[in-house]
Amino acid sequence: MVKFLIKRTLGMVVTMFFVSIMIFVIMELPPGDYAERWAFRKFSGTGAQITEADLDNIRANFGLDRPAPERYLTWIKDIVLHGDFGQAFAFQTSVNNVIGQKIWLTLAILFSTLIITYTISIPVGMYAAVRQNSVEDHALTIFSYLGFALPNFLLALVLLYIMTTYFGTSVGGLFSPEYADEPWSKGKVLDLLSHLIIPAIILAWSATAFQLQTVRATMLDELNTLSVTAARARGVAEWKLLIKYPARLAINPVISTMGFDANRIFSELPIVALVLGLPELGGLLLKSYLDLDMYVAGAILLILTFMIVFMNFLSDILLAFLDPRVKLIEG
Amino acid sequence: MTSNNYPTLPPPEKDLNESEEAKRYYSASQFQLIWWRFKKRRIAKIGALVLIIMALSGLFAEFFGPYTGTTRVSESVLVAPQIPRFCNSEGCTLRPFVPSTISKRNPETLRMETKVDPSVRRDIYFFVEGEPYELLGFFPMNTHLFGVEEGTIHIFGTDSLGRDLYTRTLIATRTSLSIGIIGVIIAFILALIIGGAAGYFGGWIDYVIQRLTEIVRVIPVIPLYMGLAAAFPKEWSSSQVYFAMTLILALVGWPTLARRIRGKLLSLRGEDYVIAANLAGASPSRIIGRHLLPAFSSYIIVDLVISFPYMLLSETALSFVGLGLRPPTVSWGVLLQDAQTVRAIEQAPWLFIPALFVVVAVLSFTVLGDGLRDAADPYQV
Repeated sequence: MVKFLIKRTLGMVVTMFFVSIMIFVIMELPPGDYAERWAFRKFSGTGAQITEADLDNIRANFGLDRPAPERYLTWIKDIVLHGDFGQAFAFQTSVNNVIGQKIWLTLAILFSTLIITYTISIPVGMYAAVRQNSVEDHALTIFSYLGFALPNFLLALVLLYIMTTYFGTSVGGLFSPEYADEPWSKGKVLDLLSHLIIPAIILAWSATAFQLQTVRATMLDELNTLSVTAARARGVAEWKLLIKYPARLAINPVISTMGFDANRIFSELPIVALVLGLPELGGLLLKSYLDLDMYVAGAILLILTFMIVFMNFLSDILLAFLDPRVKLIEG
Repeated sequence: MTSNNYPTLPPPEKDLNESEEAKRYYSASQFQLIWWRFKKRRIAKIGALVLIIMALSGLFAEFFGPYTGTTRVSESVLVAPQIPRFCNSEGCTLRPFVPSTISKRNPETLRMETKVDPSVRRDIYFFVEGEPYELLGFFPMNTHLFGVEEGTIHIFGTDSLGRDLYTRTLIATRTSLSIGIIGVIIAFILALIIGGAAGYFGGWIDYVIQRLTEIVRVIPVIPLYMGLAAAFPKEWSSSQVYFAMTLILALVGWPTLARRIRGKLLSLRGEDYVIAANLAGASPSRIIGRHLLPAFSSYIIVDLVISFPYMLLSETALSFVGLGLRPPTVSWGVLLQDAQTVRAIEQAPWLFIPALFVVVAVLSFTVLGDGLRDAADPYQV
């Protein structure tokens, strides 16, 4: 087990190293350099004349005059050693300040979405498999098709429209106005939880549709195994044998794709965040892309990817606990 | 899957004594067999039909639409959809008509409001002469499938600049489907080169490519490629952005395709006929192209169809947030930009109509892909 853990941890570090290189390349892509955009942000509207010398000064200040590999090393060194993600020029402050507690909000959204996804898809998928070809089963198949065809952000718009026209409530944002700028308190946490439900349901929409089909398919395979027939022959109660044999195995593929689910959720998060007005990393990522504030964008991309890599790591460990064969194969 | 591609097994569902039937079956080509199997799937056929209709109406958008999609009419801003009807208070006619409609700003709420006058008929005529356009970009024409002689007809309503949403949706269908097709083709070429190299050579090449693919797949897809799209220079022309977008869509799509091609090649490269070709001195690209690809071409087609909806959804998502195609290019995502907020949809729910097209197109591609997948292996019992 220790060997397994060490191997997985090393794998995580290597992956993050390559990911950070890719993200750095993306940060460098937009035309024009950081100094020009910074100067434009800072001095636009002030009437100040910016000369080439000023730009060179800014470049030297930020170390932009050095070659890209060296800049990459400084960037990643600051992140790893000091947890410093650099400067956000659109906000005139450090990236850490901008991102700050949004990380926790993002994690809250991720986990509430995952919880909703699994509490719905696992039991319902099993039910569909047990009642194969029933009306409910077909209805769930149609739902799965829709879960794929109706993207989450369109679903968000539809829900918002229905809510505002027929119920007259707004569901945007993560906090009620009275709590938005308050320090954390019990009331604020409860307020956050009540606001989390709608975005979490919307984000869970397609993930649920997908996992439901996975659970259903695995469950169907497992229902036809000899162990189930033997248990039935022994006279074990139907619900007992379902839990004892196929259900245990049917959740394995769900657990092994936890990282994939996190990836799917983060992939949809920025757009859903735009529609719902969520103050978390996804929406900020979108905004920083539109502003070409690449240090913020890079930091967010790095954090989101790290969360996904970590979810992969968690799912590997969980799977090794639940299904010891995994460890044997991978040594 | 068996590597034996000759129809030696009798079809289980057919009676062998029916000689005509059996003969037809044995002499049929692979694609004929696939077609016969596919024909039995009703839902997949409906999907295919819907897609053909969409493609045709997109291709001839200016003909099917009463306007050209760029004309702005200031007195018909945010007009609600005018639904063709046959009857009004003065009785019914065989000729369909729309009630006369004009939009006015409400002086109290400052909103644009549609005033409908059901007593004034705007008769719909077919094959009318209207705004000139170029069919398929070549043939100058001015005939439209339908139109009205006086007033306006907007069966999907108009947007905030007074442009006909119906025509624009059809044009958007053309853009979105075509960008998807080009994206799929480029993704396929990329996947063929990368997955082909990994699957055919195996060993360390395979290992490196696999690890790199895994790393790309770990970064959230849409945010990653939003980064590329954000880097498009603002001064790019709309056709430059269009082609850059096809590249991005290809990047979104290639890893899945590459993995499939790799898997198939890995399972086939030990076959006798591959070794024979190798001994005869054929180059790797010839062996892959001539001997290996045809062995699983039907699977590739299925995979291409299945990857199509991802392209459509990615394009819609990127354009929707303003990081993909930009006006004046019209695509589903660009049209939906107008429906980004609840307030906009509340004021003009019809701006959401393009979303229905997205959903229907993705659904059709999905059921078509499922049907094709089941039909793709005609020798499978």
